[in-house]
Amino acid sequence: MQQTPIVSNPSNRAALRPEHSRWREAWKNRAVYAAISPFYILFAVFGLFPILFSLYLSLQKWDGIGTMSYNGLNNFQYMVTDPLFWQSVGNTFVIWIYSTIPMLFLALVIAFLLNSAFVRFRSAYRIAYFLPNVTSIVAVAIIFSTVFANKYGLLNYMLTAVGLNSVQWLNFPFGIQTAIASMVVWRWTGYNAIIYLAGLQSIPSQLYEAAKIDGASTAQSFFRITIPLLRPVILFTVITSTIGGMQLFTEPQVLVGNDGGVGNNGMTIVLYLYREAFVNNYFGYASAVGWGMFVIIVLFSALNWTITKERA
Amino acid sequence: MKSNGVKTMGLHLVLVLGVLLSVFPFYWLAVMSTRTTSDLYKFPPKMWFGTHFADNVHRVFQSIDFFHAFFNTLFVAVVSTVLVLFFDSLAGFAFAKYEFPWKKPLFIILLATMMVPGQLSLVPSFVIMATFGWVGSFKALIIPGMANAFGIFWIRQYATGAVPDELLSAGRMDGCGFFRLYWNVSLPVLRPALAFLGAFTFINAWNDYLWPLIILNDASKYTLQVALSQLNGIYNTDYSMVMAGTFLAVLPLIVLFLFVSRQFIADIAAGAVKD
Repeated sequence: MQQTPIVSNPSNRAALRPEHSRWREAWKNRAVYAAISPFYILFAVFGLFPILFSLYLSLQKWDGIGTMSYNGLNNFQYMVTDPLFWQSVGNTFVIWIYSTIPMLFLALVIAFLLNSAFVRFRSAYRIAYFLPNVTSIVAVAIIFSTVFANKYGLLNYMLTAVGLNSVQWLNFPFGIQTAIASMVVWRWTGYNAIIYLAGLQSIPSQLYEAAKIDGASTAQSFFRITIPLLRPVILFTVITSTIGGMQLFTEPQVLVGNDGGVGNNGMTIVLYLYREAFVNNYFGYASAVGWGMFVIIVLFSALNWTITKERA
Repeated sequence: MKSNGVKTMGLHLVLVLGVLLSVFPFYWLAVMSTRTTSDLYKFPPKMWFGTHFADNVHRVFQSIDFFHAFFNTLFVAVVSTVLVLFFDSLAGFAFAKYEFPWKKPLFIILLATMMVPGQLSLVPSFVIMATFGWVGSFKALIIPGMANAFGIFWIRQYATGAVPDELLSAGRMDGCGFFRLYWNVSLPVLRPALAFLGAFTFINAWNDYLWPLIILNDASKYTLQVALSQLNGIYNTDYSMVMAGTFLAVLPLIVLFLFVSRQFIADIAAGAVKD
């Protein structure tokens, strides 16, 4: 409509002094910046600053109350030779394996069955499978402690009922780690199944029909169509399970206590970090453990990412 | 189609078995909370409800200040949820519907913060709270989390498509500023996205354990999860009482979940599958 290209004031100025106009543009949007700023302020104060601060703390000797003293790399040196630290790393990985593999396998099976054309009451099934996920882990750990109890445990009752020997679940590494892993499996299988189901439903049915016409078996279409197309979703579940698995805390803490139970077999990395900081008051050392954990998670996630990307 | 019938039967059998496994611990919890502790030590275990629920609940009330813990949890969860909904929707709306300098780098920073592991900063965060004098206070539980990247991202995704540009420009012509456009035009349209974010935030706040365990040092301030863990630790032998307490703490959330479950599950699935 307007025919005044030459003297059109704002655009002209913008052409001449882009920087100036940028700040003007920003000033005009000040309400928008005000709207997004709470997040950045909170992140700076409660996210970024603590991380930098933890680097500083990891170089100090400090009990949280008295004076700090510079400790150089001693905390890190101690950490790499600390058997309990490495045990907690090992336990975390073992529990991760015990939980993630059965969990994702079961989730895939459930999703595959739920996606079948014959299934009715699909949404009722989904709700029932998802229910464990909204329960607090503290409650789950309390319930499971009665299932895995050494004496009078529900599981031991079932074992003896079918003529097997009862097992002192909380007295040896495999028992404790299985108990912890089973809580993870119970709580997260349904969640992952729902994610897989959504992935399955986004695969066009024509692909399966075409495969059927070409004479493909169910197994063939599962491995040639379902798995490849589900790849990004599988990757998502592996990544989230890895992050969750590396951060395991509540399950072992409530089930076997701050020391990780008999022989520290339920001691996970975060539980160790928690114990060193808030039970033993080694704030400096706990910060170093935090960084050790961070490095391990990054390396492990990277490894995980490459393997899953290639295989899936 | 006889083979189809058999197939369907088998399929449902497996699925029902899975449902039993996933629901059984809740049933077991409910049964145990109605039994005496000595009942629980009897073989075979009692699989049907007893008559001691009131007794057990009574002992829960004697051992921990259950109502206090309940209302503490409710308070923290409700306030957190309201604040998250407000700040996240405000920022999400801004990112979805406004062009402004440095928008892209700011948004990338927002996404990048989701990768920052929380446990790394557990110790310094506690030190900061101590410096602020927030240890033992609900402020420490509520304020750091009141605007989060996930929620902003979620609202932005939804608002981009759901809030019509025509409505916004019409509002602008009527002289509405940013806040009016947010409050009067955008917020009503964002309701489904807010419902999910609200339920998600509420459930997480209700179940949070590690941070409250570190921050809350006075029993009168305990949230349910912390109070429950104390109950479990101290009264190790009185299992039926511990179970009754656990049952009471879990029940409200399950009821809430059953109300919102359909949409909630659909949203969780959509969020994960969309790239």
